[in-house]
Amino acid sequence: MVKKLEKLSYTRVGRIIINGLWRDNPIFCMVLGICSSLAITNRVENAIAMGLGVTFATVFTSGIISAIRNFIPGRVRMITYMVIASTLVICVDQFLKAFFPVISEAMGPYVGLIITNCIVMGRAEAFAIKNPVGYSLLDGLSCGMGYSYALIVMSIIRETLAFGTILRIRVMPEIWTNWVVMAMAPGAFILLASYLWIMRTLAHIEPEKK
Amino acid sequence: MDIHPLMILIAAILPHNIALTYILGMCPLIAISKNLKSAFGMGISVIFVVTLTVVINWPIYYLILVPTNSEILAFVIFIITIAASVQLLEMLLEKFFPPLQSAFGIFLPLITVNCIVLAISLFMVLRQYDFIRTLCFALGSSIGWSLAIVILAAINEKLALVSDIPKGLKGPAIILIILGILSLAFMGFGGMMKIQ
Repeated sequence: MVKKLEKLSYTRVGRIIINGLWRDNPIFCMVLGICSSLAITNRVENAIAMGLGVTFATVFTSGIISAIRNFIPGRVRMITYMVIASTLVICVDQFLKAFFPVISEAMGPYVGLIITNCIVMGRAEAFAIKNPVGYSLLDGLSCGMGYSYALIVMSIIRETLAFGTILRIRVMPEIWTNWVVMAMAPGAFILLASYLWIMRTLAHIEPEKK
Repeated sequence: MDIHPLMILIAAILPHNIALTYILGMCPLIAISKNLKSAFGMGISVIFVVTLTVVINWPIYYLILVPTNSEILAFVIFIITIAASVQLLEMLLEKFFPPLQSAFGIFLPLITVNCIVLAISLFMVLRQYDFIRTLCFALGSSIGWSLAIVILAAINEKLALVSDIPKGLKGPAIILIILGILSLAFMGFGGMMKIQ
């Protein structure tokens, strides 16, 4: 079984999945697309909605871009990505407004900001523009899932510390004092920084030299 | 909304700083904050572009999209205006002010994908500001963002000279820590005024 998995990791499909979920995880390794991720991870439900929204936008932007990749002139490819991404984000926004108005209210302008999320652009530019549709869809999916799980991990830590709850269900003992700062910007910055510190020390990932 | 426009301007610079309380525009904050000069250039170009785009987006939204009942298209329209106005600005600068273009021309293409330009247009819609208040809000937010990137770059420059940072913290992590401390400091302005 283990051998089979190991073999799988050498195939192209396996590599794409592993890269998206772990090696090139957008938030934890490349520190991309953190604008919206830090701002909305103070509640687990927002993180889930955001993760799914980004996954949806990434998968279909990659898919569409790769389907029409031979017709996009090089000079206008950026604006093409943006128009396609924003069309998909409109779908996400309308969906949230219709079915989850509370979450939509809480996320405010951050839903719209999925358009300028570096992950959507990055995957289109780095992968979809030169690969066939199937692989691009898969790549978008694995990157989106990697992004979502990073968001959910962060939001679980933040919501537990800041409100003592997970998905609004109380998990901490009554004696727990809420760390309000974790729900606000400083908590988000310092949490992500400490996470990066721990991960890099453990994994001995050399910081990029620029 | 009956807040004085000047209040909005000041509130957007200090207590509601867009970088440090709303966590927007992080990618350039992390990538281009190594030295003071380029941070300053980036800041100035952001002020320029943000103000320009809201001046274009406000009439488009309220005079075209709202009467025709097609607010749903706002995202696409905003993105296109932003990309187009950045392109236009770049061309104008190249034609008429070549020295200015060489000074911050390299930052302009980056701004198209900067979240804060779009974010300010979205906030404008969300908070239903009128034109003057939108202008003040845009100006204030972009000045606030520039303030944040300039402070960060100055700290980074000093840090590169004197500090002994643990290996795992180098790169983005230390910048995030500085940002965390800065945003704690900016929370001190929080009691000054409320704009929401």
